[in-house]
Amino acid sequence: MSELLSVQGLETQFRTREGIVHAVNGVSFGLKEGETLGIVGESGCGKSVTVMSMLRLIPSPPGKVSAGKALFQGKDLLKMSDDEIRHIRGSQISMVFQDPMTSFNPVLTIGRQVSEPLEVHLGMNRKQADDRVVEMLTKVGIPNPRDRLNDYPHQFSGGMRQRVMIAMALVCTPQILIADEPTTALDVTIQAQIVELAKRIRDDLGMAIIWITHDLGVIAGLADRLAVMYGGYIIETAPIRDVYAHPSHPYTLGLLGSLPRMDESGQRRLVSIDGLPPVLLEKPNFCPFAPRCKYVVERCWKENPPLMQVSPDHTAACWVNPETGRER
Amino acid sequence: MAANEVLLNVVDLVKHFPIMKGVLIQKQVGAVHAVDGVSFDIVKGETLGLVGESGCGKSTTGRAILQLHRPTSGSVFYEGKDLVKLKGESLRKTRRRMQMIFQDPYASLNPRMTVGQIITEPMLIHDMTTQKDTQGHAERLLKLVGLNPAYTSRYPHEFSGGQRQRIGIARALALEPALIVCDEPISALDVSIQAQVVNLLEDLQAKLGLTYLFIAHDLSMVRHISDRVAVMYLGIIVELTTRDELYSHALHPYTQALLSAVPIPDPAIEANRKRIILTGDVPSPVNPPSGCRFRTRCPIAAEICKQIKPEFREVSPGHWVACHMV
Repeated sequence: MSELLSVQGLETQFRTREGIVHAVNGVSFGLKEGETLGIVGESGCGKSVTVMSMLRLIPSPPGKVSAGKALFQGKDLLKMSDDEIRHIRGSQISMVFQDPMTSFNPVLTIGRQVSEPLEVHLGMNRKQADDRVVEMLTKVGIPNPRDRLNDYPHQFSGGMRQRVMIAMALVCTPQILIADEPTTALDVTIQAQIVELAKRIRDDLGMAIIWITHDLGVIAGLADRLAVMYGGYIIETAPIRDVYAHPSHPYTLGLLGSLPRMDESGQRRLVSIDGLPPVLLEKPNFCPFAPRCKYVVERCWKENPPLMQVSPDHTAACWVNPETGRER
Repeated sequence: MAANEVLLNVVDLVKHFPIMKGVLIQKQVGAVHAVDGVSFDIVKGETLGLVGESGCGKSTTGRAILQLHRPTSGSVFYEGKDLVKLKGESLRKTRRRMQMIFQDPYASLNPRMTVGQIITEPMLIHDMTTQKDTQGHAERLLKLVGLNPAYTSRYPHEFSGGQRQRIGIARALALEPALIVCDEPISALDVSIQAQVVNLLEDLQAKLGLTYLFIAHDLSMVRHISDRVAVMYLGIIVELTTRDELYSHALHPYTQALLSAVPIPDPAIEANRKRIILTGDVPSPVNPPSGCRFRTRCPIAAEICKQIKPEFREVSPGHWVACHMV
C-alpha cells in the first residue's frame, strides 16, 4: 500500500484574548490507501484542529497554521491556491461532522444538499445528480430515497441525518473520508448502525478513513492504526492491537484503565488520571503530561520527549517505559 | 445492604406532558407519554442503575420521583409516605432527604454565587445552619468532595467541568440526604475525569451510606457502579434485575441488543463480536406503538405483541421482564 496522505510537523495556533493557544504542536502521521486511522484524545487535545488545519478549514484570523506540510498524492494541501483546495475538499477528501443537526442547511432539501458536490465537482446536471444521490442514499440505508429527496433535514432523525451526511461525503467517491466524532451525538444502538455502515462502505469502496473520537471502545473494532493525542501532540501511535495490548505511554495506559468494561465481572476500582488537561497557552519545554503522570522522572521536566520507537511500527513520546517503570 | 430495607417504592408512576394548540384558547391535542407506568423499589444503601436511550423517560422518572415534575398518576413512597400527596412545607421537609446531581455542570451552578454560597444555600433554607457558621460548613463539604477548602469564595467559572461536578455533589450532600438521584452525572465529562467522579461517588457511598439512583446511557459505567439495573424503553421499564444477572443473562430482546451495541475497548474481542443491530429509530412517545412498545424494532416480534401489552413479571427471583417471548 502506498502512502496517500502524509502530514509532517503540522502546527496550528489561535490568537485569543488570553494569549496564543498552541492547539497543534508539530503533528506528523501518514495514511495509506484503504487504511483506517483512528485519532483519539480528550476534548481540547487538538484532534479536530489537526484535520481542519490539513483541509484549510481553520478560520484565519484567529487561527493560523504556522508550520508543516500535508502532502496528498505528493502535493502540499497547505500551499495550494484556494481554487485547488476547493477541488479536493468534498470530492477527493471529504468530511463527516459530529453534529448532524447543525451541519446541514435547514432551508435546503436533502436532495439539493447531497447533490451539490456532484454538480460542483463533476459538472453533473440535476437529473444525473439526483439518480446518483438516490443510489448513494440507498447504499447508506435510507428507506424510499427517491421520495425523501424533497424532505428537509429536520424531517430526519439523528441517526438518519448522520447517514445522509455520510452519503453526502461519499457521493464523489473520495479517496479519504474524515469522520470527526460522527457517533458522539448518537445513542448506542444507532452508533452501532453507523459503525457497521462505515465498515461496509469502506470495504465496498476501498477508501481510507480518518476516524476522530474520544471513545476507545468504538475505535477498537474499526481502525487499523491508532494515534493518541494529548495537549496538541501525538503521544503514541501503533497498529490498533498493539495499543491495547502494550500501551507504551502513561496517558494511554491511564485512559484504558479509566474505562469500565462491559465484559468485566466483579468490581474493580477505576484508575483515574489525577489533575486536569493542560492549558495550551504556552508551548511547554517539558512533557505536557508530566504534571499528571505517575511515572514522572527528572528528565520529563527538562525535555519534551519526541516520538520514540518502542517496537517496530510502534512509537511513544515518553522517557519512561511504563511496563518496567524505568527510563528507556 | 442494610437488611434489604426498602427506602423508596415507586408504584405505577406516570408522567404525561400535554401538547397544547391554539393561540388564545389553548386546547390539549395530545400528550407526550414520557413515563407510562413505572414501578420499582430502591433498597437502602444500594445503587440502582436506570439506563436507556435518549428520550426513553429516564430523566423524567428521576425528576418525577423528587416531585420536580408532578406525576400525572402513581405513587412514590419514601419511608412509607406518599410524596405525590404531600404539598408545601411537608413536601419540602421530606425532600431534604432526597437530592439530585445534574448532568450539565455548567448550567446547574448559579454563575453569580460563590461556591460557598452555592453549597450552603440549601442548609440555610432548611435551617440547618446560621449565616455565621456557613463558612465552616462550606469548607468541610469541599474537603469531603476532594476540593481545596480555600476555594469557598471563588465563582463557578473558575473551575473545570470535573471540579464543578464535585461542587454539585457537595451541594447535594449539604443536606445530609439518604437518596441521591444522579442524572447522567458524568456524561458531560472527559474520560479521564469521569473515573475521578465515579470513584468519588463510590467513596462517598461507602463513607456516608448513601443510596443512589444512577441514571445514565453508558452501559459499561452503569455495570461498574450499580447493584441492580433497570432498562427503560419508551416510557416503561422492560427489564429489571441484579447487575450480574442482567449482563450475563439478559432476557428482553431490547436489553440484548443494547448490550451487544456497546463497544468493548479491545480490538481482539471486537474483531469476533456478533452484534444485534436494531433497525430504525425509537418511535415517538406522542403516539407509542400498541401492545409491546418495542415491537416495531424487535427481531422476534409476533402477532401477540401487537395486540397485548406484555406484563412486567418476575420470571426468576429478582428478575423482572416485560416480554411475551420470554
